[in-house]
Amino acid sequence: MSSSAPAGANNAPSQRPLADTRAPRDADGIDTSPPVSDEVKQTTCYMCACRCGIDVHLVDGEIRYIQGNRHHPVNRGVLCGKGAAGIMQHQSPARLRKPLLRVGERGAGDFREIEWDEALAIATERLERVRATDPKRLAFFTGRDQSQSLTGWWAQQFGTPNFAAHGGFCSVNMAAAGLYTIGGSFWEFGEPDWDHAKYFMLFGVAEDHDSNPIKIGLGKLKARGAKVVSVNPCRTGYSAIADEWIGIRPGTDGLFLLAIVHTLLKAGKVDLDYLVRTTNAHCLVIEEPGAADDGLFLRDGDGRALAWDAKAERPVDALAADVTPALTGRFTIDGRTCVPVFQLIAERYLDDAYAPAAVAERCGVPASTIERIAAELAHVAFEEAIELPVPWTDWAGRRHETMRGRPIAIHAMRGISAHSNGFQTCRALHLLQVLLGTVDVPGGFRFKPPFPKPAPPPNKPAGKDGGAPNTPLTCMPLGYVTGLEDLLVDDAGQPLRIDKGYSWEAPLSIHGLMHMVIANAWRGDPYPIDVLFLYMANMAWNSSMNTGGTMAMLTDKDESGEYRIPFIIYSDAYYSETVAYADLVLPDTTYLERHDCISLLDRPIGDADGPADAIRHPVVAPDRDVRPFQSVLLDLGARLKLPGMVDERGSPRYRDYADYIVNHERAPGIGPLAGWRDGEDDRTGRGAPDPEQLQRYIDNGGFWRHELAPKQRYYKMANRSYLELATDMGFLQSPEPIIFQLYSEPLQHFRLAARGHGEVLPPESERARLETYFDPLPFWYAPLEEVMIDDDAFDLHAITQRPMHMYHSWGGQNAWLRQITSQNRLFIHRATAERLGLADDDWAWVESPHGKVKGQVRLVDGVNPQTVWTWNAIGKRRGAWMLGEHAPEAEKGFLLNHAISELLPTDANGRRYSNSDPVTGQAAWFDLRVRITKCAASEVDATEPQFPTLKPPPGVARPPRVLDFGAQFRRRREARP
Amino acid sequence: MTSLPARTEKQLGLVIDLDTCVGCQACVTSCKSWNTSGHMAPLTDVRPYEDGADGVWFNRVHTYEQAANGASRTVHFPRSCLHCAEPACVTVCPTGASYKRESDGIVLVDEDKCIGCKLCSWACPYGAREYDTEVGVMKKCTLCVDRIYNQNLDEVDRVPACVAACPTGARHFGDLGDPQSPVSQLVAERDGVDLMPEMDYRPTNKYLPPRERSACNVSDAPALEPVAGGLLGWVDRMLSR
Amino acid sequence: MHPALSVIFFTTATGAGYGLLTLLGLAAASGLVVPDRWLGFVALGLALTLITGGLLSSTLHLGHPERAWRALSQWRSSWLSREAVAAVVTYVPAGIFGIGWLVTGRVDGVIAIAAFAAAVGALVTVYTTGMIYASLKPVAQWHSRFTVPGYLIFAIMTGAVLLHALLLLFGNDARGAGTFAALAIAAGWLWKTATWRHNDQLTLSSSANSATGLKDGAVRSIEWPHTEENFVLKEMGYRIARKHAAKLRRLVHLLAFAVPLAAIAVALVAPHWLAVLAACLAVVAQAPGMVAERWLFFAEAKHAVTLYYGR
Repeated sequence: MSSSAPAGANNAPSQRPLADTRAPRDADGIDTSPPVSDEVKQTTCYMCACRCGIDVHLVDGEIRYIQGNRHHPVNRGVLCGKGAAGIMQHQSPARLRKPLLRVGERGAGDFREIEWDEALAIATERLERVRATDPKRLAFFTGRDQSQSLTGWWAQQFGTPNFAAHGGFCSVNMAAAGLYTIGGSFWEFGEPDWDHAKYFMLFGVAEDHDSNPIKIGLGKLKARGAKVVSVNPCRTGYSAIADEWIGIRPGTDGLFLLAIVHTLLKAGKVDLDYLVRTTNAHCLVIEEPGAADDGLFLRDGDGRALAWDAKAERPVDALAADVTPALTGRFTIDGRTCVPVFQLIAERYLDDAYAPAAVAERCGVPASTIERIAAELAHVAFEEAIELPVPWTDWAGRRHETMRGRPIAIHAMRGISAHSNGFQTCRALHLLQVLLGTVDVPGGFRFKPPFPKPAPPPNKPAGKDGGAPNTPLTCMPLGYVTGLEDLLVDDAGQPLRIDKGYSWEAPLSIHGLMHMVIANAWRGDPYPIDVLFLYMANMAWNSSMNTGGTMAMLTDKDESGEYRIPFIIYSDAYYSETVAYADLVLPDTTYLERHDCISLLDRPIGDADGPADAIRHPVVAPDRDVRPFQSVLLDLGARLKLPGMVDERGSPRYRDYADYIVNHERAPGIGPLAGWRDGEDDRTGRGAPDPEQLQRYIDNGGFWRHELAPKQRYYKMANRSYLELATDMGFLQSPEPIIFQLYSEPLQHFRLAARGHGEVLPPESERARLETYFDPLPFWYAPLEEVMIDDDAFDLHAITQRPMHMYHSWGGQNAWLRQITSQNRLFIHRATAERLGLADDDWAWVESPHGKVKGQVRLVDGVNPQTVWTWNAIGKRRGAWMLGEHAPEAEKGFLLNHAISELLPTDANGRRYSNSDPVTGQAAWFDLRVRITKCAASEVDATEPQFPTLKPPPGVARPPRVLDFGAQFRRRREARP
Repeated sequence: MTSLPARTEKQLGLVIDLDTCVGCQACVTSCKSWNTSGHMAPLTDVRPYEDGADGVWFNRVHTYEQAANGASRTVHFPRSCLHCAEPACVTVCPTGASYKRESDGIVLVDEDKCIGCKLCSWACPYGAREYDTEVGVMKKCTLCVDRIYNQNLDEVDRVPACVAACPTGARHFGDLGDPQSPVSQLVAERDGVDLMPEMDYRPTNKYLPPRERSACNVSDAPALEPVAGGLLGWVDRMLSR
Repeated sequence: MHPALSVIFFTTATGAGYGLLTLLGLAAASGLVVPDRWLGFVALGLALTLITGGLLSSTLHLGHPERAWRALSQWRSSWLSREAVAAVVTYVPAGIFGIGWLVTGRVDGVIAIAAFAAAVGALVTVYTTGMIYASLKPVAQWHSRFTVPGYLIFAIMTGAVLLHALLLLFGNDARGAGTFAALAIAAGWLWKTATWRHNDQLTLSSSANSATGLKDGAVRSIEWPHTEENFVLKEMGYRIARKHAAKLRRLVHLLAFAVPLAAIAVALVAPHWLAVLAACLAVVAQAPGMVAERWLFFAEAKHAVTLYYGR
């Protein structure tokens, strides 16, 4: 096996130590070689979802200092603003100290401390009853969980389909579009080829996902002089250093992308050879309007998609090697009209509706700019192609002497994802990448193993079989729907999941719809639940749309005086806003006090040159009566006698999470960690559990990585050596090539159902929606809310992003990070502000059709003039996170969530759909439309809305007035002889 | 002694690349994290969990917009001690607490001699001096003097904490007194600048300005022309899978 | 710059004290003063009280007042250290002068030499005070040719107004002192007016462009490093509204200059009882006037570091 260490990132000659690092003779007598620490523990950061390697320095067992692990594949020694502030997260005064049981009214924050045995007994008793009657009356949702392969498995064993993490309100459009189109996506699925790209386009990136790798990569691009183009309504962070910033209107990226596609097609600047080799562009689509198979692929008797062989002039197996498929034309085969996908693509996107001039105004981007970007892309792709002198063999056994690449890399994330048209927009992005031939080629976008997977991956969501008492589900709750039969709806078409995931409302909701759980449970729609079990999700504040309404739902009672959501269990390490709404609080540890695994079965951390996984292990023991959530979950599972969590005698199978990490097997020889398994060949990542595994990880710096051979590093979708390796490692079921689905047949299945074909038919009311949005080729439509409201009355877009030093983090109580940002402003374009009579620091109302919030404005040039934005989740509820009564977070920080509805306005049929993408259920945070008005002079005191101050939980001390962290180490150092 | 050395053997300092800095605050908190238990420990935070929070930080990142010639750009701007060759913060010090090292040019404060008069902070146009109200002395960037020579650290780690942490590699470190050093060559190549040269403090640290936006390699891509014969005609060639 | 009360009191009080000491010393050395023991006790006592009180007040804002003695060490480079040295050294001739006067009731011979030395020491000390400010390049309003003469003139002026009142209180002939004080006030008034005019027309050599190295166009701060005020902003980021400053300037014109000048003019021609009242009025008006002047000296001074914060 190989775990060769990449060199540190900052190793330019101008970033290295002095040639001679011996202290110079200076008369000042200072100690230039003080002892740093007496122990260094290497673990994984959890300040966000990037999961970098960290070296934690300890002095006398106390954490002194955290630095990046130079050998770690994710961060290669660098560390972001959050990671370096980890000590303050660990030391937060808002840490919960002991299990809490609610004693007063829910939401008032009246608790009493209880022992763990009592807490677990209460939870067990309640959950036992749920499982014995109707397991889906447990809704288990887990926020920024990094242990979804455990939590999902736990839900499966419990027997509830009602499980998901925060992907549904984060970037599921990106993930779903990618997985259904190219079998991978961005972030943990793939990355730009930072070392070879000559042109880099960045779309709507929220500045975290893959935080340090992107930053390291941007540094490389800058050093090489590659062009960086950012398409983003806001010119912050990465956009600030772009060579070109395109301040696009929110929600119009799809239109912009397809206009580029139009321009490229018109000029013939597409990579046809790449298309026939890696995509379904040549597959024949049946064109028989009205037929039950209209729009499906023409298949042979064995179900193989067919293409028209231009040489043989007959239909052939489209995926066979060495055929000469036609990309254009119309063919009549067995009396049926068929047309290659590429012909459909050309017909659609050559239409003038996609001409730059036709989209320019809507996008807020001049037609000339779109044309120039297209020209630059074409120039780099086709005139500046690169070739690496690395021979490789393709899936069909053909040897290629070099690896050729079109050096255009694209990266996108939440910005284009969090719209109700995000799925099709993300599809459009992949279409552009593929037409240019830039996916997994040198200089392009590269998959990170275990990706690519088949598009989409083969596993289906569980839940159809759910609901049987004391019975586990047959598989994990989340998966990939490819046909109507996979949907989680009952015979009447009613959703089976509480969040209505995989229902007609959101058929491809591969990450669930966490943002709808509380609202649906409160309404009892589709059914009431008994227990809401949340982990690390601040649903009573910044993780919910309609925050005020959500708080009201959490405390609302029915006619009989019972809470509509009867029982809420919440696990969090900190006194977040949501704690007050729990009936039972299970205090978690900090990330430096726990075991974790960053598993290939979950959201992996590998890079394009090799798969990797990692662990966390306790750097210090907790000084409070808290337990790591995953160990608690396994304990609960054992108490509930869930399959797999108890042995034959009914005793707990796993001592704790660490024991599970080592000994659990998901399939024979495959467990949470791939490295250092027993017995078998280590290169495969397979083998029996090895009791020394965690120690081996610790000895290796906390991670495992398998470096791909050079011949395996590109063309992974069609590279025999890679595909065989991926099959050996369990990433793929067989070494078949991955075919990019430019035309998505699964979507057409939904359209056909909407037209009345097939056995599973959508309710009449859903058909128009399916017909419209399940277009098998990417298209653009206006965001759903925008067309339903008075566009003129709410004339501005409003979006948010977390600051880089807090993204995916819990920064509120972090003494260092909150000093950087403890209040947020509403950023508004100078010209727009002038029109509205606003000056810097003025207070203004931000009002949507749903609600309004108040904040102070800051005038800038670097924002789309039709857009306002702010830093998200700076505003905190008064009293939460143990912050002072008058903390700026509560007085001046404002939360835009108050103005965002979880539901769309009522449609013509009297229906209110969720404010989500109709394909995936992705929360459409960025569809928000607002109007801005200056506050009256009497209104300029503090932000609104305000809520009652949360009282501190019992046993949690008031924070210190002065923090002199670090002084103790100096005292000890200087006391030494 | 607050009289300045006639010359220093080295002029150690930082070079900060404004073309690459994304304003992520990594240098800010990594500096805090190292130094709050380092040579000048602690970097006290007053009212850390309430309103008016005010801590000692050696490095802070500003955000500016520059509007020039009809164009506008956003610039993130890290600011810390520039370890000037003519630092008035040193010469105004009445006690000898502030000094410039003759060996490497680092400007330091001897906390035992500092009376906390704050005059050095008045003398510094760059805002590099940070007063610790709880300890009653002035603190400042040490250029990680307790890292760069620290024999208890691995050799590769003997760079300032901010340089090690910077994820985009926008920070550089070395001897700016040696024209042959990698940092000096970087400054020469990228036309690095002094901040407020009119003050005549002769800062050691240099800033590399954002590069011209037209300097990238594809600015001359020819405009696209419709493909002869139309796309569908153009595609009509033999392609092999 | 933040107008800290301790520093305002320090500079105004020591200014008046050293001014008074200078005038007493010069008067004694040149035989112009009647060696009245009570006058000596009160006048020198007042001068030294103002000086000592001011100096002590200046240590109040130190983080470590117990280490203040260290400030004597760096006279080679630091004007603050020179000030400390000058202040301490001046106590020696001032002490001989005072004790000699009180003990012997005479101000000739060695005592006159000490008196002269005390006067020189006082002037040097005030000069060093002025140089502390004048040497600070980052504060353009201070780093100017107006600062040091201003400190000297205001010290003499406030000292003269005090001396004039004391002489009258002790029934001495104060016409010479009164005339001198009137001239000093006129000089001070002119100087302050000229200083303000100079400052109002000042073009700063530094800008947001030079501060950031971003050479062209407008450079605007859109986000501070931290959202709350920090030490640098609290100490050097003080801002005063133009209207408020104008109001205070009018107050300074009135109290520091116009009223004392008029009062002393009255004292020069009025009967003794009225002259005493007028002379006291001059003192009572000028004290707050000079505090306001010094407050503005700080509040209107813009430190270059504020350019980083868009102030």
